[in-house]
Amino acid sequence: MTLQIIVCVKAVPDPAQAGRIRIDPATRTLTRADVPLAFNPLDRNALEAALQIKEKSGARITVLSMGPSGAESIVRECLSLGADHGILLSDRAFAGADAYATSFTLARGIENIGKYDLILCGMASSDGATEWVGPQIASFLGIPAATQVEELTQADSQTLIVRSGMENGYRLMEIKLPALLTATRKLNRPRALSFSGIIKARKKQIVQWGLQDLGLAEDQVGQAASPTVVSAMTTRTARRQVEFIEGSIEEKAEILVQRLAQAGLI
Amino acid sequence: MTTKANCGPVWVVAEQVDGRIQNVSLQLVGKARQLADELDVPVEVVLLGQGMKDVVEPLFAAGADRVYLGDDPVLNWYHAETYTEMIVSLALKIQPEILLIGSTCTGRELAPLVAARLATGLTAHCIDLKINDQRILEQWIPAYGGLISIICPQKRPQMATVASGVFPLPDMDESRRGELVMLKAPEAVSGRIRTLEVVRREPETVALESASIVVAGGIGAGDEDGWRQISDLARILNAALGCTRPVVDAGWAGHETMIGQSGKMVSPELYLGIGLSGDLQHLIGVAGARVMAAVNKDARAPVFEQVDYGIVADCREFVPLLIEKIRAYRQSR
Ligand SMILES: Cc1cc2nc3c(=O)[nH]c(=O)nc-3n(C[C@H](O)[C@H](O)[C@H](O)COP(=O)(O)OP(=O)(O)OC[C@H]3O[C@@H](n4cnc5c(N)ncnc54)[C@H](O)[C@@H]3O)c2cc1C
Ligand SMILES: Cc1cc2nc3c(=O)[nH]c(=O)nc-3n(C[C@H](O)[C@H](O)[C@H](O)COP(=O)(O)OP(=O)(O)OC[C@H]3O[C@@H](n4cnc5c(N)ncnc54)[C@H](O)[C@@H]3O)c2cc1C
Repeated sequence: MTLQIIVCVKAVPDPAQAGRIRIDPATRTLTRADVPLAFNPLDRNALEAALQIKEKSGARITVLSMGPSGAESIVRECLSLGADHGILLSDRAFAGADAYATSFTLARGIENIGKYDLILCGMASSDGATEWVGPQIASFLGIPAATQVEELTQADSQTLIVRSGMENGYRLMEIKLPALLTATRKLNRPRALSFSGIIKARKKQIVQWGLQDLGLAEDQVGQAASPTVVSAMTTRTARRQVEFIEGSIEEKAEILVQRLAQAGLI
Repeated sequence: MTTKANCGPVWVVAEQVDGRIQNVSLQLVGKARQLADELDVPVEVVLLGQGMKDVVEPLFAAGADRVYLGDDPVLNWYHAETYTEMIVSLALKIQPEILLIGSTCTGRELAPLVAARLATGLTAHCIDLKINDQRILEQWIPAYGGLISIICPQKRPQMATVASGVFPLPDMDESRRGELVMLKAPEAVSGRIRTLEVVRREPETVALESASIVVAGGIGAGDEDGWRQISDLARILNAALGCTRPVVDAGWAGHETMIGQSGKMVSPELYLGIGLSGDLQHLIGVAGARVMAAVNKDARAPVFEQVDYGIVADCREFVPLLIEKIRAYRQSR
């Protein structure tokens, strides 16, 4: 019996350029910046975990992403890395979803896929970074979840042993499949793309599902189904009055030590 | 005279580790007290654990009117499904208006599980909580170089997670008393997840949260050698060493030393930021520092708007010199 694994992957504004999206102090709205979409970093660890299971004991990996049509290139990259199927949930109605609505829609997508043994998510996205989506998908599907996973081993075909990070330590747990895990950076080292992988993935189809494919109504998805809303924005106001310490680099070090000593700090 | 709309209590789901109530829980009870006074409702705390009866006093001293306590061997270790079930069923009965949870490793897992079951919204990384004039909770989070307020206008409870150190420990009033309500733990616990072991090590280095000096390094350190200089500086100052996210990404330091929105909150007497730009997502974690200084080679780096002392210098040259001067100063005394 082959393990059916679903990996949830989010297309995020490229973390290297996301800093260009700012709040405009005058209008208190977000400045437009054409930041390209990128693979959410921790989702690479989630996919890598799936690929390692596939290599070790065989598995079928389906990648699931909800996002604009531009997210297709990220799903394609997953196929190039070794995933078997790609599904993109894309519909105007999905826009503006908070974590709750996102999780609900992804859970519907997973039910639509049908059979699954293991669902892997990243611990957090690089943009919203709430960490809510993994556990909330599990909640909607009624399966157990373990978050912040640092180590993962298969005990038998139905049981995993996972180690989850904790303040100054960890928790070791046994978890029965079907289950959902969220991956940390410590879990593994994601592989790089190979040329042959890219060629093979060219032939693979990416399925796109919209509102009707999931059998959902407009008020069950997107902003309409999101309990949270953004109500206000401000730019920062609190500032300190900086004293620049001048002089040669040596003098600067000397004066800083004096200042800190005078203030009783060192 | 207008009558105030009725609403439920303000809740804090408290966390205990080895029978000790965590500081973040007491900080949240303090904040909950303020919010509850504005709404004119009680503060209630839910606490699950084992052998806890004698340790609930601080919750009352911090401002709780009522504590719901689940005290049972099956609750000793955090167990996602059991904890979720107990909190959800009580919340459905009591209908709290607000529910706050500490942004700890287990809190960050428990909160979304509870929110999904209650079909309500949940805000992460809050750095301020305010009741607005519609009596709705504004949950302020850092984002896009500023702050945004997230609200949950329709669903209840309004749920938020907050990191330790965002709110101060409240003044403890040892004479305050409240009501203790015992909860019944479930007979059997789901076996889908079984905790085999919980391991906690004593941290080897100075804890960031309680350090009186914090040295934080950014990606401007350049490479591992540059990073080593900064960690030497921290050691000589007997300071805790913190970092920014790109430093974690570069693998020079562990995630547990990251300061900021998704890391630790620190409130030292002295914060020294080196080779970092001063992004709000980092500096939000330092809001409680008394004196702040920064070293950056770029005089226009935003960090210089947020510190008391600014040094424009290449940290690779400056840090070794600073170490030398500190040594000299110490010897001269
Ligand atoms: C600055 C900011 C703050 C926000 N704060 C909140 C908040 O406090 N509460 C709230 O409800 N919403 C919040 N949001 C909205 C939220 O980020 C989005 O709704 C998003 O769709 C899901 O949450 P996340 O990005 O936080 O994902 P996380 O929960 O951090 O993501 C964890 C994992 O879930 C999976 N995943 C997440 N999204 C998708 C997707 N679209 N497709 C496939 N897999 C996915 C990935 O595996 C990912 O690694 C915020 C957004 C921003 C930009
Ligand atoms: C949702 C989310 C959550 C985040 N949470 C956190 C968080 O908790 N903590 C965190 O830190 N970040 C967090 N970040 C990342 C944050 O936005 C910034 O990207 C990060 O803080 C910048 O780190 P930095 O200052 O080291 O790097 P940069 O911004 O790249 O700055 C490097 C600085 O070093 C200076 N420099 C370069 N060379 C030298 C030299 N030789 N000598 C002196 N100065 C030099 C440069 O002038 C520059 O100012 C988060 C981001 C997101 C999107």
